[in-house]
Amino acid sequence: MKGDHATALQRHARRRLLSRRAALSGLGALATAAGMAPALGQGFAGLGTDADGFAVPTRGVPLSFPQDHGPHPAYRIEWWYLTANLTTSDGREGGIQWTLFRAALDPGGDLGDGWRSSQIWLGHAGLTLPGRHRYAERLGRGGIGQAGVRAAPFAAWIDDWALADPAAPLPPETAAFAATGDALDRLTVRAAGTDFAYELGLRAEGPLVLQGDAGYSVKSPAGQASYYYSQPFFRVEGRLLFPDTAVDVRGQGWLDREWSSQPLAETQDGWDWVSLHLVTGEKMMGFRLRDRAGPPFTSATHIAPDGTETPYSDGALTLTPLATAEVAGRAVPVRWRAHLPAKGIDVTLTALEPQSWMGTATPYWEGPIRIEGSHGGRGYLEMTGYVPE
Amino acid sequence: MMRTAMRGLASHWWRHPGQFLTLILGLALATALWSAVQAINAEARASYDAAAGTLGLQRHDALVRPNGSLTRADFVDLRRAGWRVSPVLEGRYLPGGAGPPLTLVGIDVLSAPPGVLPPGLAAAGAEPVELLMAPGVLFAAPEVAARLTGVPDLPALRASAAVPPGQILTDIGVAERLLDREGALTRLIVLPEQPFGRPPLAEIAPDLALEAGTPEGEIARLTRSFHLNLTAFGLLSFGVGLFIVHGAIGLAFEQRRATIRTLRALGLPAGRLAVLLLSEVVVLALLAGAAGVGLGYAIAAALLPDVAATLRGLYGAAVPGVLGFDPLWALAGLAMALAGALVAAAQGVVRMLRMPLLASARPRAWQIVSDGALRRQFAFGTALLAIGAATPWLADGLIAGFALLAGILLGAALMLPLVLSALLSLGARRANEALTQWFWSDTRQQLPGLSLALMALLLALAANIGVGTMVGSFRLTFVGWLDQRLAADLYVSAADAREARAIAAFAEGEGLGLLPRVSVEAALGGAPGALEGVVDHPVYRENWPLLTRTETTWDDVSSARGVLVNEQLALRSGLRPGDLVDLAPGWALPVAGIYSDYGNPAGQVIVALSALTARFPEAEPRSFGLVGGPDDGTLRQRLLDATGVPPGAVIDQAEVKAISLAVFERTFAVTGALNVLTLGVAGIAILTALATLASMRLPQLAPVWALGLTRRRLARLDLVRSALLAALTFAVALPVGLAVAWALLAVVNVEAFGWRLPMHIFPAGWGVLFVLSILAAVAAAALPARRLSRVAPAEFLKVFANER
Repeated sequence: MKGDHATALQRHARRRLLSRRAALSGLGALATAAGMAPALGQGFAGLGTDADGFAVPTRGVPLSFPQDHGPHPAYRIEWWYLTANLTTSDGREGGIQWTLFRAALDPGGDLGDGWRSSQIWLGHAGLTLPGRHRYAERLGRGGIGQAGVRAAPFAAWIDDWALADPAAPLPPETAAFAATGDALDRLTVRAAGTDFAYELGLRAEGPLVLQGDAGYSVKSPAGQASYYYSQPFFRVEGRLLFPDTAVDVRGQGWLDREWSSQPLAETQDGWDWVSLHLVTGEKMMGFRLRDRAGPPFTSATHIAPDGTETPYSDGALTLTPLATAEVAGRAVPVRWRAHLPAKGIDVTLTALEPQSWMGTATPYWEGPIRIEGSHGGRGYLEMTGYVPE
Repeated sequence: MMRTAMRGLASHWWRHPGQFLTLILGLALATALWSAVQAINAEARASYDAAAGTLGLQRHDALVRPNGSLTRADFVDLRRAGWRVSPVLEGRYLPGGAGPPLTLVGIDVLSAPPGVLPPGLAAAGAEPVELLMAPGVLFAAPEVAARLTGVPDLPALRASAAVPPGQILTDIGVAERLLDREGALTRLIVLPEQPFGRPPLAEIAPDLALEAGTPEGEIARLTRSFHLNLTAFGLLSFGVGLFIVHGAIGLAFEQRRATIRTLRALGLPAGRLAVLLLSEVVVLALLAGAAGVGLGYAIAAALLPDVAATLRGLYGAAVPGVLGFDPLWALAGLAMALAGALVAAAQGVVRMLRMPLLASARPRAWQIVSDGALRRQFAFGTALLAIGAATPWLADGLIAGFALLAGILLGAALMLPLVLSALLSLGARRANEALTQWFWSDTRQQLPGLSLALMALLLALAANIGVGTMVGSFRLTFVGWLDQRLAADLYVSAADAREARAIAAFAEGEGLGLLPRVSVEAALGGAPGALEGVVDHPVYRENWPLLTRTETTWDDVSSARGVLVNEQLALRSGLRPGDLVDLAPGWALPVAGIYSDYGNPAGQVIVALSALTARFPEAEPRSFGLVGGPDDGTLRQRLLDATGVPPGAVIDQAEVKAISLAVFERTFAVTGALNVLTLGVAGIAILTALATLASMRLPQLAPVWALGLTRRRLARLDLVRSALLAALTFAVALPVGLAVAWALLAVVNVEAFGWRLPMHIFPAGWGVLFVLSILAAVAAAALPARRLSRVAPAEFLKVFANER
């Protein structure tokens, strides 16, 4: 098996990254399936310790911008994670994902210079239209300029993929929201695979949202956590490109920023995460950590149209799978009920394209969803840790 | 009944353990030599495949900067522009400052194309992250890893058979540190999968050139002739071995005539008997085959380092010096042993089946020398010889060359018995004493029994003389050629334009002659070849080894009115001086001369440097010869100090010569070893044949003994007879061997390598071989003779009493 090694290496990089929330959840089962169990066990052993020498998030430390838009090399894992729900000019619903992961191979904590940098960067891009899902993956190392992130003016890139301060036309400014001058207010994003590409402009129409306790987001009953904030208010305009055609699109985007060092409990073997843009202008973020040894751990943040956030701890939100589809040999839930009684939200989430499978080195499901029930709307769903039957 | 019959037949082997051993030994040896060659070939082929996969970096298209060097920034710029490229940094590396230089290959493990890293690295104990983190990990073939063990300041070493010998594979970050070339790149591999809509190269990096990857199988094509050579030798050894097996099995059948007659008389059907005899052969063959495969593995393991060195030196093909084990290969060896034994036994079995039930059980030692049969065999041999000789006229290619060789060898072998018979009759006619007359006639009498063994000896001797002459001739020519060709004192290669300028400046400052050389890949005569640009310098005019020249050869070349072509290309494309040769699309020049270019399997053309760079402006001299300096032994060091090129990039003339000669010696070490082994097999064949005869000859010797000749004297006469037959066989083998040498030099070498060599003869070598063959024959006869000298007189008497 010739590709074995490169794949193992990518897995290794991904072990520390996994897919975004999956990384924090530990994903023991997935990692075992990928043959990386021993290494993962090591990382897990130090619950509440110094995480193998890496820095760990502390409650009460305020985030500071624009510095925190940039990389935090003292932490093991970090990501810049954009999803966008889009409508094509001919009326089809769809979405894109653009993600840059950073993983530190050792806790030296510096971004390094030259090939010997201990920072590894990983890019994922996905594009979904009904009946069509495309994805691509890029891997590179820090220290040489191939990939990296700059806080201001903001730029995150790997190869020719970039999420950066505008270099392309943006959606026109509206009166609804006066920009705060944040470095993430105006961005363009582009990515290309062998058979797809996209170029989109993003304009923030609301403030940054700090998740959890002012950006300190608890990820398990044992108290492990990450720093986590979002920009869920992007208005998006641009083009999807295919070898034979180009399609104009517009829609809504959601950027997540998260960094941490600790994986989670060994019994937590999967993750279901949603971001919802409701027609009322409200937003909601919710996740559910599946636990082999007990009930799932849930967490949610409700975001009012003006950006006021209300965090909810374990149990406030229930996420219930309603129907599964066979995806890449796995039974994956593609219809969900999301219930947050505190805000009167009780909705059904349906995958636009059930086969939104990211067949990357560590595979997962990520795609746009339609929202029906107490509220209408659209959003994104990510599911990790589903293993083949 | 079957059981009794089986026991009856098998009891023969208990009573004749020596015969049993001979049979097993013969078959085992034959299988061993054959399987050894197969094992070596298989190993080589496997490593070509592995090389194509593992370090198959050459397979991919790559970007280079023709007029300068690549840097890390080029990599990043291309990646950021959407080109999926992967950097490679290569350099000569002398760990510990001693030994032959290795090539250090640095790759970016994150962007390298799939399949470039050795498979199963995790099994070799490397955490993927270790590859990237200081101090890093070096991967090398086991023998290279063993050599580097203990060298201080090296990163962690891991042995991996997938890494070609002579190379070290590591992460590019480690490579640039070890090579002291921070930020430098050798080339950028273009990955097969590229994103959609990337800009054209001309837009983002117009000064880079795309080099097409070498298609897979190029090495296999180049080395095919070498492996065919080995296979031919393996077959020859196997054939010689079969003579032994045939002798031993034939003997066993002869001696068991009585048993077989009894069994048949007791009611064992002929069919059952055949089954029994065949199963016996199968069991013996499997036993001997297993031993042979084991022995073959040992021989192959012993020879492989030399073969690997040859393939590397001659073709640049990387083959590890350590042999793997392939069960398929072992099975093939067993099958070959089985097939050989069955072929050898067929005659005996058929004869057994046809034997009348009540035939005499007397061994048929007393064979009437049938001149008719010998003549038929002779005629057949002549026909084979004629067919062999005709093949090169009728067909082209290496196979035709081998057909010629086979024709010469087999034809001569078949003709041998009649020739010997004639010589012996001549001797008998000239003898005037009763004893000598008896001696000549008795010797002739034994020819049918000995002829197979003697034919084996002839084959071995002729092959020895032929190959010895070829190697010797090649060596003489090669050494002379090296002296001519390596006229410069130092050879330097520059990694980039800056180093090239530094070298030129150094040469000027020192008042040295500078011989820059530019090499451009080109399709010559439909196959990959190279155009070499050289400057006009007296060194070339005085030394270059031209085979064909005109009055104005060098003037034509320096004024770009003509080119030199190497012998390979001239032969392949049928070029003569004055013929036009296509150098590039729209560029053809007449041939001004032909030069010998041993050791290079590809076609090559030498043109004036200025003409070449005018055509290929992106080509720059990167390799330089330096001539004419005061040779006080410090030139090399001054060059290193002045130009900053790494020590690995400078080779002096003596070093090149030593390396070339070492490659040469190793090339033929294998043939030499196989030669000696073949001769050994032939010796054993004689031993078997004599042993066979000895046990059957008592009836012929008894009357002579009764007439007063002592047993001791009879034994001595047997030794003399053996020596005489060996000497006569040698006399026949000599011209055959020279014919073989001619065929090798003038046909096989031309087809296999593309060069024709002058033939030199080495009488001293023949003398050694002559003595060796006499010694082998006498040694083979010693055991039966010794037995004869100790035969109880009663045994002789019995001859008169029993059965006769």
